[in-house]
Amino acid sequence: MKRSNLTRKDLAKTINEDLGFSQRSAGELVDSVFASLRQTLIQGDSVKLVQFGTFTVRKKSSRVGRNPRTGETMEISKRSMVTFKASKGLREKINSSDDE
Amino acid sequence: MNISELIEAMALEMDMTPTEAGEMVNTILDSMSTTLISGNTIEIRGFGSFVIKNYESYRGRNPKTGEKIEVPPKRLPFFKVGKELRERVNN
Repeated sequence: MKRSNLTRKDLAKTINEDLGFSQRSAGELVDSVFASLRQTLIQGDSVKLVQFGTFTVRKKSSRVGRNPRTGETMEISKRSMVTFKASKGLREKINSSDDE
Repeated sequence: MNISELIEAMALEMDMTPTEAGEMVNTILDSMSTTLISGNTIEIRGFGSFVIKNYESYRGRNPKTGEKIEVPPKRLPFFKVGKELRERVNN
């Protein structure tokens, strides 16, 4: 089966075809949804979308690491990362589909 | 933030009724779910991408009882945060 990749353009097309918004406003709507999710995560808050999953910002404290090439030890500064956990329902559906 | 807060924010920002905003948000999430369920990938510029990772079955242990168990193969979606978002959560 050929793999495909869903992009903002595909989402806008679906909004346009299924909900009747113009192509232009469908694109703006998709952008504003992701802008809103992004803004929330940038503020350090998590996003919980029940049927889909949860995005969490995890703070990692600084630690001592090593440059694998030179073996030199160095301090890795503290940083934040975004993690995603799919909802139980979505995980089950992904595992029960017959594809592969 | 949860889904109703997202819908509310969209209604306000994009000048829609809450019903329209709800349909719009759900259409996006359904479309993303269907994509992952069929094993395809998602790539949203500036936000991140999702791929399905396949995990082989392995011999695990129940951490509570110490009992050995066979963990069946599974598939899980993996989210890779986009460069722009990754940099901005760090500043």
